[in-house]
Amino acid sequence: MSLHGKTLAELAAGLRAKEFSSVELAQTYLRRIEASQPELNAFVSVTEEQALAAARVADAALGAGKAGPLTGLPIAHKDIFCTEGVRTTCGSRMLDNFVAPYDATVVAKLKAAGTVMLGKTNMDEFAMGSSNETSYFGPVRNPWNPSLVPGGSSGGSAAAVAARLAPAATGTDTGGSIRQPAALVGITGIKPTYGRVSRYGMIAFASSLDQAGVLTASAHDAALLLGAMAGFDPRDSTSVDAPVQDYAGELEKPLTGLRIGLLKEFFDKGLDAHNEQRVREALAVYEKLGATLCEVSLPNLPLSVPAYYVVAPAECSSNLARFDGVRYGYRCENPRDLMDLYKRSRGEGFGAEVKRRIMTGTYVLSAGYYDAYYLQAQKVRQLIAQDFSNAFKQVDVLMGPTTPTTAFELGAKTSDPVTMYLNDIYTIGANLAGLPAMSVPCGFVGGLPVGLQIMGPHFAEAKLLNVAHGLQRETDWHRRIPPGYEK
Amino acid sequence: MSWETVIGLEIHAQLATRSKIFSGSATAYGAAPNAQANLVDLGYPGVLPVLNGEVVRMAVKLGLAIGARIARHSVFARKNYFYPDLPKGYQISQYELPIVAQGVLDIVLDDGTTKRIGVTRAHLEEDAGKSLHEGLPGLTGLDLNRAGTPLIEIVSEPDMRSAKEAVAYMKKVHTLVRYLEICDGNMQEGSFRCDANVSVRKKGAEKFGTRAEIKNLNSFRYIEKAINYEVERQIDLIESGGKVIQETRLYDPAKGETRSLRAKEEANDYRYFPDPDLLPVALDDAFIEGVRKTMPELPDQKAARFVSEYALSAYDAGVLTTSREMAAFYEDVARRIGNDPKLAANWIAGELSGWLNKDNLEITASRVSSGRLAGLLARIKDATISGKIAKEVLEAMWSSGRDADAIIEEKGLKQITDTSAIERAIEDVMAKNPGQLAEYRSGKDKLFGFFVGQVMKATQGKANPAQLNELLKKKLS
Repeated sequence: MSLHGKTLAELAAGLRAKEFSSVELAQTYLRRIEASQPELNAFVSVTEEQALAAARVADAALGAGKAGPLTGLPIAHKDIFCTEGVRTTCGSRMLDNFVAPYDATVVAKLKAAGTVMLGKTNMDEFAMGSSNETSYFGPVRNPWNPSLVPGGSSGGSAAAVAARLAPAATGTDTGGSIRQPAALVGITGIKPTYGRVSRYGMIAFASSLDQAGVLTASAHDAALLLGAMAGFDPRDSTSVDAPVQDYAGELEKPLTGLRIGLLKEFFDKGLDAHNEQRVREALAVYEKLGATLCEVSLPNLPLSVPAYYVVAPAECSSNLARFDGVRYGYRCENPRDLMDLYKRSRGEGFGAEVKRRIMTGTYVLSAGYYDAYYLQAQKVRQLIAQDFSNAFKQVDVLMGPTTPTTAFELGAKTSDPVTMYLNDIYTIGANLAGLPAMSVPCGFVGGLPVGLQIMGPHFAEAKLLNVAHGLQRETDWHRRIPPGYEK
Repeated sequence: MSWETVIGLEIHAQLATRSKIFSGSATAYGAAPNAQANLVDLGYPGVLPVLNGEVVRMAVKLGLAIGARIARHSVFARKNYFYPDLPKGYQISQYELPIVAQGVLDIVLDDGTTKRIGVTRAHLEEDAGKSLHEGLPGLTGLDLNRAGTPLIEIVSEPDMRSAKEAVAYMKKVHTLVRYLEICDGNMQEGSFRCDANVSVRKKGAEKFGTRAEIKNLNSFRYIEKAINYEVERQIDLIESGGKVIQETRLYDPAKGETRSLRAKEEANDYRYFPDPDLLPVALDDAFIEGVRKTMPELPDQKAARFVSEYALSAYDAGVLTTSREMAAFYEDVARRIGNDPKLAANWIAGELSGWLNKDNLEITASRVSSGRLAGLLARIKDATISGKIAKEVLEAMWSSGRDADAIIEEKGLKQITDTSAIERAIEDVMAKNPGQLAEYRSGKDKLFGFFVGQVMKATQGKANPAQLNELLKKKLS
């Protein structure tokens, strides 16, 4: 098998067996990135020099027998994570020139584990988008069909893993930004419990919803990578001080007796009938493995999109205030005075979707509107969390589709923000409730991948990965590579 | 027409922690610009605040000291506005759920009565940085050293009715925070400052008048002057048919007047909301009791003890307890001289305080130590010198740094207690002033003082005053 056809776990084994070196591995992927850029535009920055240097260090460690399980494995980072000495743009003109003076905790942990960073992946501007069309650096395209979007906001990471430009990538998920693109490009993506992975150094969009996770070819790979990223960080007050489970160690547990709840609200009329068929086929696999299915209703879940589009913009309007042209980032030419500096730096530095959300957020926090919008949305959020918590009294995991349809055409939804927002209808609930959730490939419709979403109670990452791995032992959807990228 | 003034104060006290409220940067004053600003203070992308536990302990101390409710659950919120010295575009503060609420402080009025002032709340927040203009023509510089410095904002009820009451309250808080060792109280460096909300209403009216807020007052003198000016301004305005508008004003010490900074309509909508980067501050009883155990004796408790233990007047006890150091100085002197705590109180609250004020020194920097002052007072008690001579000796001690005995010896200031010597001096004075003597004897009693003065002059003030009085009465009659 070609190197790029291997999973992270298989590559790790090959490095140990000296079948190939980390440098060879890095070179292979760097060549694939270079060749793919004109079509996919998955990367904002490719860090070839640093990658090869890190690979040489990894090879030395492997040679000396001092390697850890991830040593020498190439990965890509979403360009939302600060990387010391490397440009960190967050997909925005605002940070086009920004070189972070420090590493995000996620980056530092994966660096310490011996991984080799290939580059920084393209994304929707400040992670605001569901199609990767809001990036200042141009849209990312779907490797299964370049006229389609890869989803967003971690669209670059998703496309990179799908096209095997990197065996794995980091991502962030505020309303579905890992799961939705993972589904649309046919890979595995997990958003852990809020607080499981440090947010330090991850440029904030909506602080109470943002969570870092991974996009990989398999659940096994996700277990390996997530295990190295997760854990308490004293620099993030919202990170949780609880031990990290042995994700890889629990993968093979049998699924007999697993109680699966089918989210009634997800199998609604918005769901494409063919997509539903693929999801039901996956559910049948679980039944065959000894799981039981039952329908579960979360009555407040339909309110998740409106609640999300109040809370997330509110937080973003405040989080993005620091981008003022004063200390770093984009500054307009020849400001006349302070107000002109603010207005033009922000007006020219931010794109339309970011501005729309800043304005929405500013509005919902304004005197006289706060109670009606922000406070109300927080109450809805509580209700949704309560719904989930009730559901998990009856079932071990909840399942449903990740998205209503397969990938859509570039430009198809850009003119109507609300249509675009509705693409996150199935993913937002987990963010509002802070729950772990993942998407795994479960088949194709018209040659395009479909994702199955699996959600669990807080800190059930090991269970989710175990459940996902169970499906991947029985199916090979996750092994499929887009035709143009097989070689 | 008769008017009543209504004042409420918002005091900002800088908490005396070594590091900032949400970052590990040092808080020391006077460092080179931006030398004490790290990525968190600079508001870099991706960084997050982490609460300094020490500020919570300090806030609880203050809350306990004013008998307030300590919130078991308090929340940090973001106050959003754009300004170059505010790196994140928001200030982290407490809004709906402050850590301390509903306390009280007693102040003593001029007539000696006590007035209780309500403290609405005290909340934790971070300070902003500052803009620099000097030496930067056409540019604005930024020094973010102060950004993230911990502050506690202590908000009073509108309970004060004159500038004097406001100053008394401010001084009381100033004393308290230094007792608690939660603030160094340095007003020049901005560690302790206040905003005053001032309004006037007709005597007897129930509704408050429209208030103006005077920002950033950082001396007791300015507070009094600014409030008095503002009260005059508002009364003049209303009496001449105008209306006070709600606005923020600044006091200009050079001109002695307040001027408008911005009106209410121009005020920011701060869009407060709970900061999602910080968890609510949850305190349990054990934590609060732990802090209670570290509480020092408070100013009012100490003053009450001075009254009962040393039989001091309430006034003296108040003066001697304005700082922990002053009280310790007093107690040391009182202990050294033994059974005359009143004498020690008079000298410290009177003469010594005069010298300290004159040279603008704190008691800790006094040029006469407690031991030396006790040495001087011992010479009064054993009648070596009179109180009047002692003042002269203290002056010499203050300027020379030598002890009382050396100065008394060198200058020959030892009191004359020899009856015959005093009698000789009296006779001499009587002989030289026959006219006055005749007048006194014909009933002009007031001339007694004249004779005391003349004898004292003749003895260079060294005659024992009690003996002199007694002997003079005898001789003159």
